[in-house]
Amino acid sequence: MIEKAKSTSQRLPVAKTYKIYVNGKFPRTESGRTYPLPGSREDPAANICLCSRKDFRDAVVAARAAVSGWSGSSAYLRGQILYRIAEMLEGRKDQFVSELVRTGLTKRVAAKEVAGSIDRLVYYAGWSDKVQQVFSSVNPVSSSHFNFSMLEPTGVVSVIAPEESALLGLVSAVAPVIVGGNTCVVLSSYTKPTSAISFGEVLHASDIPAGVVNLLTGQRKELLEHFASHMDVNAAVYYGEDSDEIQSLQEHAALNVKRVAIRSHSDFQKASSQGPYHILDTQEVKTTWHPVGI
Amino acid sequence: MSTSSGSKISFDTEWEYSPAPESTSHVTIEPQYELFINGEFVAPQDGTYFETINPATETAITKVAAAGDGDVDLAIRAARAAYEDSWSKISASERGKYMYRIARVIQERAREFAVVESLDGGKPIRESRDVDVPLAAAHFFYYAGWADKLEYAFPGKAPASLGVAGQIIPWNFPLLMAAWKIAPALATGNTVVLKPAETTPLTALLLAEVIRDAGVPAGVVNIVTGEGSTGAAIVDHPGIDKIAFTGSTEVGKIIQRAVAGSPKKYTLELGGKAANIVFEDAAIDQAVEGIVNGIFFNQGHVCCAGSRLFVQESVAETVIDKLKDRIEKLIVGDPLDKNTDIGAINSKPQLEKIEEYIRIGEAEGAELYQSGCAVPTQGFWCRPTLFLNTSQSHRIVQEEIFGPVLAVQTFRTVSEGIEKANNTPYGLSGGVWTDKGAKIFHMTSKIRAGVLWANTFNKFDPSSPFGGYKESGLGREGGLHGLMPYVRME
Repeated sequence: MIEKAKSTSQRLPVAKTYKIYVNGKFPRTESGRTYPLPGSREDPAANICLCSRKDFRDAVVAARAAVSGWSGSSAYLRGQILYRIAEMLEGRKDQFVSELVRTGLTKRVAAKEVAGSIDRLVYYAGWSDKVQQVFSSVNPVSSSHFNFSMLEPTGVVSVIAPEESALLGLVSAVAPVIVGGNTCVVLSSYTKPTSAISFGEVLHASDIPAGVVNLLTGQRKELLEHFASHMDVNAAVYYGEDSDEIQSLQEHAALNVKRVAIRSHSDFQKASSQGPYHILDTQEVKTTWHPVGI
Repeated sequence: MSTSSGSKISFDTEWEYSPAPESTSHVTIEPQYELFINGEFVAPQDGTYFETINPATETAITKVAAAGDGDVDLAIRAARAAYEDSWSKISASERGKYMYRIARVIQERAREFAVVESLDGGKPIRESRDVDVPLAAAHFFYYAGWADKLEYAFPGKAPASLGVAGQIIPWNFPLLMAAWKIAPALATGNTVVLKPAETTPLTALLLAEVIRDAGVPAGVVNIVTGEGSTGAAIVDHPGIDKIAFTGSTEVGKIIQRAVAGSPKKYTLELGGKAANIVFEDAAIDQAVEGIVNGIFFNQGHVCCAGSRLFVQESVAETVIDKLKDRIEKLIVGDPLDKNTDIGAINSKPQLEKIEEYIRIGEAEGAELYQSGCAVPTQGFWCRPTLFLNTSQSHRIVQEEIFGPVLAVQTFRTVSEGIEKANNTPYGLSGGVWTDKGAKIFHMTSKIRAGVLWANTFNKFDPSSPFGGYKESGLGREGGLHGLMPYVRME
């Protein structure tokens, strides 16, 4: 945010350029378009990237390239990395609180949202090696076979993040997708994009491989169709209540039979907004038959 | 490198390994260690201390407090108070966050832990550095995540904590066993009184520092050092709700008798005499490495060691020749040397026990083969040892030696292999070597043991349950099943 020098002798602060986070880098949108940070009349120079379909497609390429490494890493490692993200966020708590305050939250509510985001990352870190244990099975088939079913990540997931809860909602959307070994492309809150942009910096300082999480800023009405229809995306997660959007998303998802998860949480502090079933939404079940005999 | 039949790979070269000792400069050992009770290090009531020695040099490292009945009582009361006042009151997710902190600090201080573990217990630094310490951290990390997810582990039930857990651990994996015990207990909301083994108390006391530094509320974990009598005081104390014991089958039976008629829950992780079964269709060189890892890992001080080798007759000669060649090249010596394969035997009594079994084996008529490697003059050492032509009735086949001694037998058919493998009062683990997947699952379903390894051996992971059938114990540690002994179902 731009602060004006209060007198001629005062140091002029350096303002931040708001960029997107794609493939472990911080590019501007390829379109060259921006929109003014909503609600910041005192900050007219805050320009947010208005991402295009091409930005999304580039991000999907990065996300796809990251799938084999990330899904092939051990559950323990993924858990450690999610925990590391929590550590990084904890260290930059104050920045996130002040950014949320600028979106209109009180300091107390903002602090609660940041703390909740950190704890949510720790919560999902713990699921990394447990979701498999709770939801896999060994199946007592009648023939002489060792038969087991286990979870596997579906692949690349497009995420339409919550519009209102800029940080906790974002974390709640992304963590269950990546802890299960998927990679994702996320459309952040349009009206409150700064938390997502800064969260990209937190991700960048953690040990998460490039391309696992890609964060875009822009307009739902422009990008939703592409998030839903892209043929190299395996699943779409949507937060919101707009029935036209939901119908459009589901129709476009049918193009390549995407898995679709529609969530309409309003209070992300509630325990119901987290859980292993959120992880299952972007998992496949694979069953293996193996003979038993001599 | 391939060999035509009859020829032997020559490992002889002009080159010798130069010593590569791990530095101890970053480790500070205090002249004396106290008991860790109620978040503080306190002197034992009767002022008794005992020495812990470095088994590789036979020199004293430091003095450690011997906890008497009064100290144990104090520790259990502290654990009870912590259970009632703090640990059962804080939220499950916060409980987990304390445990994540412990995991992180173990990772940060890993090198220090590894050096102290090797100094105090004699295990090669390569193992303490690459196995014991990272697995201990991983165990805390794994169970930290369970703390706020317990309802998913027990469908249809509301799991509740038990109270105070009394935990007694052995000297073969001192830090790792402490982690195996403490982590699931804390995750499920219990508090702990832990007794390390008298020959290896130091890493548990370092862990006490870590737990204190992580800000864990006072009394949640208490560590009382001492001999068997300290362990007995824990088992017999009425303030204990659960006992977790890892050690000999003999002591396990004493504990099971001692708690008879009391409401105390218990898990016992006891001895073993695992069968490692090699079929003719196995990848032989890989199997030989697995046999070596199975019995010589940690000087054979492993309850799940593959101490009975069964080789299918058609490949027996090849396997045994290769095994003999291989053990000639194992380096026995300084545990702190990064090239060392086999470190020091943990204690003099243990060395005497192993030597006694070697005499028994010879007297029973088995054929002894030992590596000709050099061993240091000071310290407790045992060369890698094979007994060939053993039979089921031999004591070296039936009894747990807990040292680098392998009893070798042969078999012809699958059913004979199974029959022989199961002919033991123990049932902790087993190994199968074959390229036939169907045979693997046939064997693992027929062998009466809690952990089976196929084309591998001695693998451990916090997410994987571990524990024995038959006289190898009861209950499981590790994984989802490792939570069960620490909860009451409501």
